[in-house]
Amino acid sequence: MIHFKVSDREQISAIGTILTLVLALAAGMAAIGLIFILCNVNPIFAFRKIFSGSFGSIYGFKETLTKAIPLILIGGGLAVVFKAKFWNIGAESQLLMGAIFGTWVGLHWGPVLPSPIIVPLMFFAGFIGGAFWGLIPAILKLRFSINEVISTLMLNYICAEFLTLLIVGPWKSKKKFGFPYTDDLPDSAILSLLPGSRIHTATLILAVISVVVLAIVIYKTRFGYEVRVIGENPDAAKYAGIDFSRTTILIMVISGGMAGLAGVGEVAGIHHYLSYPDSISSGYGFTAIIVAWLAKLNPIYVIFSGIFFAGILVGGDAIQISLGLPAATVDVFNGTLLIFLIMGDFFTKNKVRLLLKERA
Amino acid sequence: MKKIETLEMINIYKSFQGVRANDNINLKVSSGEILGLLGENGAGKTTLMNILYGIYQPDAGEIRVNGHRISIDSPKASIDHGIGMVHQHFMLIQNHTVIENIALGYARAPMLFPQKKMRQSIVSFSEKFNFNIDPDKKVWQLSAGEQQRVEIIKALVNGAGLLILDEPTSVLTPQETRDFFHVLEKMRKDGQMIILISHKLDEIKKICDRVTVLRKGRVVGHACTEQMDKRSLARMMIGREVIFSFSREKMSRKEKVLDVVDVEVDGDKGYPVVNGISFEVYRNEIFGIAGVAGNGQRELVEAITGLRMVTHGRIRINDIDITNQSPRKIHNTGVSHVPEERIRFGIAPNLFLYENAILKQHHQKKFSRRAFLAYGRIKAHTRQLIKDFQVATPSINIQTKNLSGGNIQKLILGREIADKPDLLVASHPTYGLDVGATEYLRNQLLKRRAEGGAVLLVSEDLDEIFELCDRVAVIFQGKFMGILESDDSRIADIGLMMAGTKDLRTGEGADDSF
Ligand SMILES: Nc1ncnc2c1ncn2[C@@H]1O[C@H](COP(=O)(O)OP(=O)(O)OP(=O)(O)O)[C@@H](O)[C@H]1O
Ligand SMILES: [Mg+2]
Repeated sequence: MIHFKVSDREQISAIGTILTLVLALAAGMAAIGLIFILCNVNPIFAFRKIFSGSFGSIYGFKETLTKAIPLILIGGGLAVVFKAKFWNIGAESQLLMGAIFGTWVGLHWGPVLPSPIIVPLMFFAGFIGGAFWGLIPAILKLRFSINEVISTLMLNYICAEFLTLLIVGPWKSKKKFGFPYTDDLPDSAILSLLPGSRIHTATLILAVISVVVLAIVIYKTRFGYEVRVIGENPDAAKYAGIDFSRTTILIMVISGGMAGLAGVGEVAGIHHYLSYPDSISSGYGFTAIIVAWLAKLNPIYVIFSGIFFAGILVGGDAIQISLGLPAATVDVFNGTLLIFLIMGDFFTKNKVRLLLKERA
Repeated sequence: MKKIETLEMINIYKSFQGVRANDNINLKVSSGEILGLLGENGAGKTTLMNILYGIYQPDAGEIRVNGHRISIDSPKASIDHGIGMVHQHFMLIQNHTVIENIALGYARAPMLFPQKKMRQSIVSFSEKFNFNIDPDKKVWQLSAGEQQRVEIIKALVNGAGLLILDEPTSVLTPQETRDFFHVLEKMRKDGQMIILISHKLDEIKKICDRVTVLRKGRVVGHACTEQMDKRSLARMMIGREVIFSFSREKMSRKEKVLDVVDVEVDGDKGYPVVNGISFEVYRNEIFGIAGVAGNGQRELVEAITGLRMVTHGRIRINDIDITNQSPRKIHNTGVSHVPEERIRFGIAPNLFLYENAILKQHHQKKFSRRAFLAYGRIKAHTRQLIKDFQVATPSINIQTKNLSGGNIQKLILGREIADKPDLLVASHPTYGLDVGATEYLRNQLLKRRAEGGAVLLVSEDLDEIFELCDRVAVIFQGKFMGILESDDSRIADIGLMMAGTKDLRTGEGADDSF
């Protein structure tokens, strides 16, 4: 009889960690390949399409970078809250709230203010919007001990409905032939793009700078130290005089605010007006959870894992078009990879041996 | 499966990242025998026992049961071979009840409603050993001593033929230890075998048939306890003489540091467990609180250090009212705290050693530059700390959980003492330390006293109390049974006072201060 023995792994080298990561991704790809075969698609062909659609061509890579921007911003913020073991599943709506705040500022003051003033102002408003939406679950947890997984998740629906309400109601444009969209942002409030692409440079730079800053905050500052102690041992944090409420509030401001910045980037860089929630964000707030996880909650690594997952999103779009696969393909893709990454994590923490002998 | 009768560990090697924790170790036990395992902090005792219990795999060597080579690749396999272990650090789930914890560890627990079946056996074990445990209490509500008892029951219900006890008596009172040893003796008569790790040489001598002594991962000797005295055991263990002699010249009490006035504190269950306690601790004084675990001393200490609400009364440090202030504020008025449960409160196990060396002090000027931590200074401080307090570790860049139990304790003690607090609150500070480290630590406490610090020492170890304290208060059911000067002749009655049968406030010879 065959059976498995699982025991704690005492130590693992850096190379071992990277190797498991690569193997997990490879195994994930293999599983996805199997799914392709079941859908009557040649997996080799599909993978080649995905790769050329995302990293293998200049056009594809530009698209990948475009989608990496929100993922890096949100993933960086999530890395910080997850370090304190605060499970923010609501980045999707924190992004939307940032988009709403930013758009409001853009629509109101855009016509009268020049670009160098209005753009920072919009990002600032977006940060505030996301932070405000992130603060609600933090306060609910601190005041009423409400589990943040539930509250952040539920707030996603509330915010999505709120946005829909705005675009079909008070904010609905009169110039859009009855479509539920807001007016276009004025030119001064629109981010300039890297020529020949949809990369809104300002947000990309902002994203890279902010994750570097967050890495410094987490690993070099007193505040970051307190966040890590809370995550590792809340009892010891209390003993050490670390203010749990203050820290929780601050990290949710950071995480929500980062998602809010991403929201402004999406509207001011790509869409130029608000529309239905799922066209403003195609699930970036959820994908960023995986991004932060793959980066082992290190904000710097989020840059790489963000680009990687953006590539998968773009590649998924590419095969959707060229192979006529349904839109949910990318989700299947992402989900499968996540499962394999988590399994890889299991193998770095545990030793598993296959035994072929009779059970004693 | 045949009952376990002999167990041999042969040529066991184990290293961690270049540290030889076990270096060619041989050991043998047979049924009806109690083997003592001795060695300094970090000698490799826990590692060796973890190998036997299937938590670690040896790099080389073999384990034989009844002469047959076996492989133990998980704790489950170990339990199946009739081995049970009580760990040095409690492995209980804090949010579960006693009964749930024991059911979890019970190999033959029924699938549904395991608690029902367990209740009976828990009650009978508690009665047999005089453990007095409420099976429905949540583990986080139990004192360290009570948690230890749950661990012991947990190992015994599985019917272990070989019981490994990693420092089980550190948190038991003398009376409990005596009871516990009766149990062990009974087990020995029943033909069970026991491996006992302890730093208390008296105990080893009293109960063990043989000892195996480890130093720096190697066996330095096997001996029959009958032929050894305490002295020679200590010498074998640390390679030098240990002289327990402390000079504690009398010092005058002038300046008050801690002033506790009629304090009442609620326990975890919500009813009062500290019922109106008043005392003062002065500079140049070590004030001891003696008492059986669970009589309110933990809650009293938590109230003084800001971890628990005071419901009535006032606490002052250096004339500053700190009643119900935050732990940080209290710390900033000059209070350090060595907590009773060191792993749970004292460290963040996954952070690096140098990061834990400044826990609670990280906000101080000497360790930070504006918002940033000054890692250069922190690391220098850590190096000094591990040198001064002889914390055995391969480097300061390792996760703190990889230190041996005694070395974690030394790190916490060093950290709190090096802070030079006006008031040092120390709960069971020598719990888990080897004889050499105990001697060193007690001298450090005396040094702190001589330098003008005040020390509040909570301990169940009467030797420690007598050696160190200027005054001793005995706590029973949330009240002081009396406060005695160390030269008071009535100090001989301290055992009776701890048991609550003698109250200096009412009985003959009542203390004037009440
Ligand atoms: N998982 C680990 N990773 C790295 N080093 C370890 C690990 N476990 C133990 N060590 C090291 O091995 C040595 C022996 O540790 P062990 O816990 O066996 O000591 P011990 O004899 O039980 O000491 P104590 O009396 O303090 O409990 C120590 O130097 C410790 O730092
Ligand atoms: Mg140990």
